[in-house]
Amino acid sequence: MSDFLEFKDVSKHFGKVRAVDHVSLSIKKGEFFSLLGPSGCGKTTLLRILAGFEYPDTGRVILDGQDITDLPPNHRKVNTIFQSYALFPHMTVWQNIAFGLQIARRPRAEISEEVDKMLALIQMKDQAHKRPDQLSGGQKQRVAVARALINKPQVLLLDEPLAALDLKLRQRMLIELDQIHDEVGITFLYVTHDQGEAMSLSDRIAVMNGGKIEQIGTPGEIYEAPKSSFVAAFIGDANFFEGKVVELLDDNFCRLEVEGFPDVVCYNDNQIHVGNPVYLSVRPEKFRISRDRPLEDNHHNVVQGRVEDVIYLGSVTKYWVRVQDYRISVYQQHSRFMLDEKPITWKEIVWLSWHGDDGFMLERYSESDEKLMELPPDEPGDTNGVSLGANGLPVVARATRT
Amino acid sequence: MKHSRLPLITLILVLVFFYLPIIVLVANSFNASRFGGTWEGFSLVWYKRLLHERDIWRALENTLIIAVGATVVSAVLGTTAAFALHRFASRIQKVHYVLIYTPLVVPEILMGMSLLLLFVAMKIQLGLFTIFLAHVTFCISYVAMVVLARLQDFDFSVIEAAQDLGASWWTAATRVLLPLLFPGIAAGALLAFTLSLDDFVITFFVAGPGSTTLPIRIYSMIKHGSPPLINALSTILLLVTFAAVWFSQRLTEEKS
Repeated sequence: MSDFLEFKDVSKHFGKVRAVDHVSLSIKKGEFFSLLGPSGCGKTTLLRILAGFEYPDTGRVILDGQDITDLPPNHRKVNTIFQSYALFPHMTVWQNIAFGLQIARRPRAEISEEVDKMLALIQMKDQAHKRPDQLSGGQKQRVAVARALINKPQVLLLDEPLAALDLKLRQRMLIELDQIHDEVGITFLYVTHDQGEAMSLSDRIAVMNGGKIEQIGTPGEIYEAPKSSFVAAFIGDANFFEGKVVELLDDNFCRLEVEGFPDVVCYNDNQIHVGNPVYLSVRPEKFRISRDRPLEDNHHNVVQGRVEDVIYLGSVTKYWVRVQDYRISVYQQHSRFMLDEKPITWKEIVWLSWHGDDGFMLERYSESDEKLMELPPDEPGDTNGVSLGANGLPVVARATRT
Repeated sequence: MKHSRLPLITLILVLVFFYLPIIVLVANSFNASRFGGTWEGFSLVWYKRLLHERDIWRALENTLIIAVGATVVSAVLGTTAAFALHRFASRIQKVHYVLIYTPLVVPEILMGMSLLLLFVAMKIQLGLFTIFLAHVTFCISYVAMVVLARLQDFDFSVIEAAQDLGASWWTAATRVLLPLLFPGIAAGALLAFTLSLDDFVITFFVAGPGSTTLPIRIYSMIKHGSPPLINALSTILLLVTFAAVWFSQRLTEEKS
C-alpha cells in the first residue's frame, strides 16, 4: 500500500517566482503527512495543485493509481479545509455539511443520516440550524472538517487550518484533528508553518524551502538528524559552530576542530571526510550546565564559558553562555536535585557539556548554507509545541558569532 | 465647560434647507386651495382629480415600462461588467473601467445630446425604445459600481470550496455566488430603477411623440397645468422613491 499519492516532478511558476520547483513526493495511504515551511515556500501551492485549483507547469499528480493532473477540482476525490474555512455564509451548519451530498444528488434520507453522523462526530448536534456568523472560531473549524469529510475523500487537505485560532483553542483542535484522523482513517495532507503542529500530528513531515523539499522524515528524524542547516535551524532551536573534521574515530565518531574550543567529538553518520568544513549543531536542551567540571569520557565534550543572560521560562530556564566568539543558547530543566544548590546566575563561570551523540554535523557550503544566517523571520503563532520555547520567544536561536 | 450651540443650530438650518420645500409640497397636496398660498382646509380633492387624468396615467405607464426594462437589462449587463472588472486585470480592463465609470461623471445634458445625435444619425425612430436604450447606458454604470464594491470584499474561497465539494462551475455560481451577491445586485438594480424613474434631462432629449414619461409630463404641467395636481403626484412619487431606497439599504445592510 505504498505510494498512494504521488507528486512527480511538479513545478509551478507565478510570473518569475518559482513557487514549486520540481518537487517529487509520495505519501502512503492513511498517513498524516505535513508540508512544513516558512510562508512563500510553496507548500500551499503544492496543496492547491493537488486540489485542482492550480495547474502545474510540469509534472503529474497521481492519486490511487490514477493521473488526476488534468481533472477539474469537482472531479477529484480530495476535499480541502481552507484557512478561512470558507463556510457558505448563507447556509446553516446543516446545509453547509450537506452541500457535498446534495451536489452528488444522493437520496434525501441518506443525506440526513450522514449529516447527523457528522454532526455527532464534531459534537455540534444542537447547533445544526445556526449560521456560520453565529459560530465561534473553533466551531467554524469543526463544521469545515465535517463538510469536507462527508464526501469521504481519499485525501483530506488542510491548509493552515489552525492559523486563525488562539493558542488554547489551537491546542484543543490539534487533539481533535488527531482523533478524527484516527477515527476516519483517511490520508491527511496538512500544510502549516507551525513546527509544533506538524511535529505533534504528523506521521511524516516534508520540510519545504524556496519551492523545494529540504527533507522528508518522521518528526524524530527531522528534529534529531536534520539533513540541511535550513532544517536544523527551522525546526526547533539550534546552535551552530563552524568547524572542520580532523580525525575519524571508531563507531562512526569523528574529532572536530572548532576555533576556540578544545577537541570536539561528534557522531558522524553522514560519512563526512577528514578536512571537510562543517557546521556542528547542538540543540540547546542537549547541553548540561554546571558549576563543577563534569566527568569526561571518550564521547563527552566539555567547554568552559561565562553566563551572559538568564531567562526564566517556567518549565525551563534559558541561559546565554559566552564561549569564545560564540553566544550559546542552553535550556536547562528545573528539577529537585537542581534546586538543592543555588541557581546559576549572571556572570558565573560555568561548564557546558554534551555527548557526541547529541550533536550533528552538516557539511558547509551545501546549498542552503547562505540562507542559514538570514533565516526567515518568525511568523506569528510559532509559539507552541516542540520547540522548548513554549513562550513566544524566537524559535530559532543561533550561536551568533560576534 | 459650556457646550456650543453652533452644531445644533447648523443641523436645524441644514434640515430646514433640505426638507422644508418637501414638507411644503406634501402639505400643499392636501390643501383645498387652488393656488396654495393660503390654507383652506384638508382635502383629498387633488388626489381624486389625479385618478381621472388619463395623460398622467399614460405617462406613468411609459415610465414604468422603461424603468423596469432598463433595470432588468442593466442589472444583468452591469453585474457581468463588474465580474469582468474584478476577475481580470489587464490594460483593456482599465479602459473598460473608465468606460463604465464615465457615464457617472459626464454631464447629463451632454449624454442626452450625444444620444440624440446618434439616434438621429442612425435613423432610429425616437420613442420608448430610444429612452429605454438611453437609460440602460447610464444604469449599467450604477449597477456595475455597486456590484463591484460588493465583489471587492467577497471571499472567493467559498467558490473554490463549492467546487472542491463537487460542484461544477455553473452549480457553484448559482448555488453560492449568486445568492451571496444578490443583495448587491438588488441594491444596484433598485438604484437604477429610481434613477430611471425620475430622469428628466436625458429623457427629454431622446423622447419622441407619444413617449412622454412622468417627469416630462410633470414639467409640462408646471408650465400649463395645475400646481396642486403636481403636488399630489410628487408626494406619491416621493413615497415610492423612499420605499425603494429604504428597501435597497436594508438589502445592503443585511449581510454585515
